[in-house]
Amino acid sequence: MSLFNVFDVSGSALQAQSVRLNTTSSNLANANSISSSSGETYRARHPVFAPLMKDFGEQDPDVGVRVLGVVESQKPLRREHNPEHPMADEEGFIFLPNVNVVEEMANMISASRAYQTNVEVMNSAKQMLMRTLAIGQ
Amino acid sequence: MPFSFDSYLSVHQPALHLRAKRAQVLASNLANVDTPNYKARDIDFQAALKAVRGGQTAGMLRGTHANHIQPQSFISGYELQYRNPYQPSLDGNTVEHQVEMAAYSDNAMRYLANLRFLSGKFNTLRTAIKGQ
Repeated sequence: MSLFNVFDVSGSALQAQSVRLNTTSSNLANANSISSSSGETYRARHPVFAPLMKDFGEQDPDVGVRVLGVVESQKPLRREHNPEHPMADEEGFIFLPNVNVVEEMANMISASRAYQTNVEVMNSAKQMLMRTLAIGQ
Repeated sequence: MPFSFDSYLSVHQPALHLRAKRAQVLASNLANVDTPNYKARDIDFQAALKAVRGGQTAGMLRGTHANHIQPQSFISGYELQYRNPYQPSLDGNTVEHQVEMAAYSDNAMRYLANLRFLSGKFNTLRTAIKGQ
């Protein structure tokens, strides 16, 4: 019964989108984590998605998603001159994470929308299956 | 007169099968809405159904030797095609959320309609068997 595979596919998407939501929340939580050297500073993390093929045939109808890994953003850190700050280095600089809060909010909305869509897909697949099981009754 | 389920259920059985396959393809598109370089795919339902009913698969290769192999897609009876996006995104992804969602709901409704026809067929049979 091929409809059961819809649950695998949508389930993998739920997993991937929840990883994305998790990284977004880490990024937002650490948006103001100040440190005194560029090595210790938090850098924005983003997951990398890739299609998940069961076999490598081009005609495979179900293609899930997997998270290839989580990469740190290569954007430069923000460096501020603030000698009064307790974390300031000898020259009076503090380092702020390269988290772009607006970008993260957009990411969060996109991830939650995608999550909802996949839940709906699962729900209607479930309805289709239940009706199929009830055939002839 | 021999009774054949295949001819009794006529088009409804292969149609149901194709609808289920199409649901899978569209669910994959929706799952990969944020995957870079993923290309949205779909089944041309009418062509696939016609091919299945005619026993001939659309675009099937002509074999002139017993060892000639048909491509995978033609064995399964349908051909996956790539969708032409209205607004492809910068990361090479061609899935359009609203288009896929509309297609998926449409497909689900038609699947349920198909099921209704099929159960009607079975109810007819049951009535005939009971003779009441």
